Amino acid sequence: MTTAFASRRTFLKAAGSLVVAFSWLPDAARAAFVPPKRLATDTVDGFIEIRPDNTVTLYSGKVDLGTGVRTALTQIVAEELDVPLSAIAVVQGDTLTTPDQGPTFGSLSIQKGGMQIRQACATARAALVSRAAARFQVPQESVATREGRCWHGQDSVTYAALVEKEGLVLATDPKAKPKAPRDHTVVGRPVPRLDIPAKVTGRFEYMQDFRLPGMLHARVVRPAGVHAQLLAVDDHAARQLPGFVATVREGNFLAVVAQTEWGAIRASQAIRPTWSHWEGLPEQDHLWDYVRGTAVSKSEDVQSRGNPEAVLKEQPKALSATYDFAIHTHGSIGPSCAVASWENGQVTCWSASQQTHLLRHQLAQMLKLAPDQVRCIYLEGSGCYGRNGHEDAAADAVLVARAVRQPVRVQWMRADEHGWDPKGPPTLLDFHGALGADGHVAAWRSEAFIPERPAKIGVTLLAADLADMPHDAAHPGNIHQGLAMPYEVPHVRATIHSLAHTPFRASWIRAPGRMQNTFANESFLDELAHAAGRDPLEFRLAHLKDPRGRECLERVAKLSGWTPRVSPAAETGDVVRGRGVSYTKYELVRTYVAIVAEVEVNRRTGQVRVTHCHVAHDCGQIINPDGLKNQIEGNVIQTVSRTLHERVTFDRSRVTSLDWKTYPILTFPEAPQVSMDLIDRPDEAPWGAGEPTAAVVPSAIANAVHDATGVRLRSVPLTPEKVLQAIRKTT
Amino acid sequence: MSHAYTFKVNGQLRTVQVDDPEMPLLYALRDDLGLRGPRFGCGLGQCGACTVHVDGFAVRSCSVPVSKVAGQSVTTLEGLGSPEKPHPIQQAFIDEQAAQCGYCINGMIMQAKALLDRNRHPSEQDIRDALALNLCRCGTHARIIRAVQRAAAAMA
Ligand code: FES
Ligand code: FES
Repeated sequence: MTTAFASRRTFLKAAGSLVVAFSWLPDAARAAFVPPKRLATDTVDGFIEIRPDNTVTLYSGKVDLGTGVRTALTQIVAEELDVPLSAIAVVQGDTLTTPDQGPTFGSLSIQKGGMQIRQACATARAALVSRAAARFQVPQESVATREGRCWHGQDSVTYAALVEKEGLVLATDPKAKPKAPRDHTVVGRPVPRLDIPAKVTGRFEYMQDFRLPGMLHARVVRPAGVHAQLLAVDDHAARQLPGFVATVREGNFLAVVAQTEWGAIRASQAIRPTWSHWEGLPEQDHLWDYVRGTAVSKSEDVQSRGNPEAVLKEQPKALSATYDFAIHTHGSIGPSCAVASWENGQVTCWSASQQTHLLRHQLAQMLKLAPDQVRCIYLEGSGCYGRNGHEDAAADAVLVARAVRQPVRVQWMRADEHGWDPKGPPTLLDFHGALGADGHVAAWRSEAFIPERPAKIGVTLLAADLADMPHDAAHPGNIHQGLAMPYEVPHVRATIHSLAHTPFRASWIRAPGRMQNTFANESFLDELAHAAGRDPLEFRLAHLKDPRGRECLERVAKLSGWTPRVSPAAETGDVVRGRGVSYTKYELVRTYVAIVAEVEVNRRTGQVRVTHCHVAHDCGQIINPDGLKNQIEGNVIQTVSRTLHERVTFDRSRVTSLDWKTYPILTFPEAPQVSMDLIDRPDEAPWGAGEPTAAVVPSAIANAVHDATGVRLRSVPLTPEKVLQAIRKTT
Repeated sequence: MSHAYTFKVNGQLRTVQVDDPEMPLLYALRDDLGLRGPRFGCGLGQCGACTVHVDGFAVRSCSVPVSKVAGQSVTTLEGLGSPEKPHPIQQAFIDEQAAQCGYCINGMIMQAKALLDRNRHPSEQDIRDALALNLCRCGTHARIIRAVQRAAAAMA
């Protein structure tokens, strides 16, 4: 096979004549030829191609991260265009052929990306109907669409025939009317995921499976300290290994290359780098002092009404609490991997990045190339839940391939992933609140201490950092979200203090900021409910007018068999049970979710077990109910893991939790039951579901632990040591 | 120096040439034989993503030298069934839609097969215990348990 840019030249030559051979096989990302097409998000042809065999190709900038997005987008296209699901192929995240729809994050794939695609399809269908009407010489109203054809009575014409001459080069019409929800036959149905049969039989091609002819294998060798300098490299022993190809060094970036994967691993073990001594990390035991002591570069109110400070001053019984939330790793089960190939100064990079378009710009910047000299092609990897190491592996592969002038595959090892993926940053939060004479919350004051957010979003590529190549300032994601709270309280101020430094490269992990901030918000509300002597669920309802939010809370109460009472439950014995509630309206503008967690706490060992989670979820219109359930279950179980177990450990030089023993995650015996009540609102906009449930899990668990034991845990993870310590303090 | 090892893979005799007898079986299967079922997750025997069967036993192929399986019989996820003709366990995972990213699923199915081979009627707790050392990051646990229960019922 030729590499992608050889083919691109072929395409450019061929484009004029429109004689272009395509091959959109399942391994489409390897396809050598690309159609001449526009990439704008406000064009039909940016997204949709109707091919001569009457199949449809969707070019999606949003990608499937193992969350079912491909299936959901296919459902949207099948619905709006009236074509069978089986006639739709999806090209995802190829920067040469797909529109830039922004990174696949923030639970926006369907809400934003899917709606752009729906509008393009609605425009396309209207155009096809009007062309068919002209052909049949009948009014448009008498033309129906079905099975990839336009029909008038018994007469029909394929879409392919209707686009044969004129193509489908159209601007998306914002007024084109998508189908009414009551007419939906595909959207809203539990369509089975298209990728699962191949995944459960070993036929699916993941990023980690992708191979190019003549491809070499590389392993990266990371510094002994986060910012240690590479002083010397002794690769004598590595060079003796069979199949050894090269040592690649650029500044502090170091990699070894071999003919085989095992050869590269052995070389990475045999190489002897000398690193400078670097001990710039804070003491783990004093992390929160470090965070509190970090210079604040900017403070901003994200919610403000009334004068909470004045009310609090007059309240002798005001409550105060400080919460902290540990540093987390993404912990993808498959470590990051990428393949890169250079030809004539142009680079093609295959990556499982959630943001191939952004990656392309970052790679171009790093390499001082024009963006159109870089092509990124998406291939699905192991689930990433945010910006993990995929993009960094891509930058590694590009650098190494440039040095050895051959295609290169970089596969991170487990320790690379745990040690060097960008981390969910440590989050510290201070709260003050007071009840009024009526027993309602009168004043609320919250402050979060989190890494600063420069103008441009994007986590620095590790290789650019190590090799001292051009890059933008690091941006951890929109982690200020979720501090503004959803309740009716007269005096509120929520403030983000942006910190000039954070110990590790920071990035977003599922429900970034929203999880940490909601943990504190919903814990603190629970503390106020307790102080007011009220049932915590009723207390929430008493502060909530929004009918959709109220319905979620009422439904979760029913689902979980909630009987109102004041916490704690006051069970006796070694193992005590409790329940906790939490609620959010995601970013105050979309998906509503309420949860009840049930826990068992062993007062002797401090062990917390989450036995059952009940979720009521309203994300507007549901595209695929089974996919939605899968997402919610995943959000719950993953976040139970993060809440109970997870904490990156480090010494003064580097991360020390480098495997699954030192960074344990939830196991099968511990996995909770999950029950759900999905509220479908077919006439409302579809909102995201990839994150909102995750945001409410930690607070629900902490509130349940309080209900079970009477002690309040304000620090995630809720480890047995912390539980025991808290219990001892009160007895 | 190159070494040749012959063993059965999914019923067929295969020979691999390797430089190092200590190379884990995983790399022989993935890189030399082009299989995609067994996956690299940790290389440390901690996650289960690389699980295959060797002479009927579930084994972590990242932690077994290729030289040790010479003369033995290896079965991978591909050897159980195909999308057209899935094994009942694979079918149960499809029916329960028991995958998100699916990266861990090889290990789940191969470990579940080892369980069902010796215990046709596992309780939910048996299933949880059998999979206790298999990690999933996507939180697909509940569905995986249901899929194994469904497979057990189908195979009983
Ligand atoms: S890759 Fe073998 S156990 Fe993790
Ligand atoms: S489904 Fe993604 S790791 Fe299990």
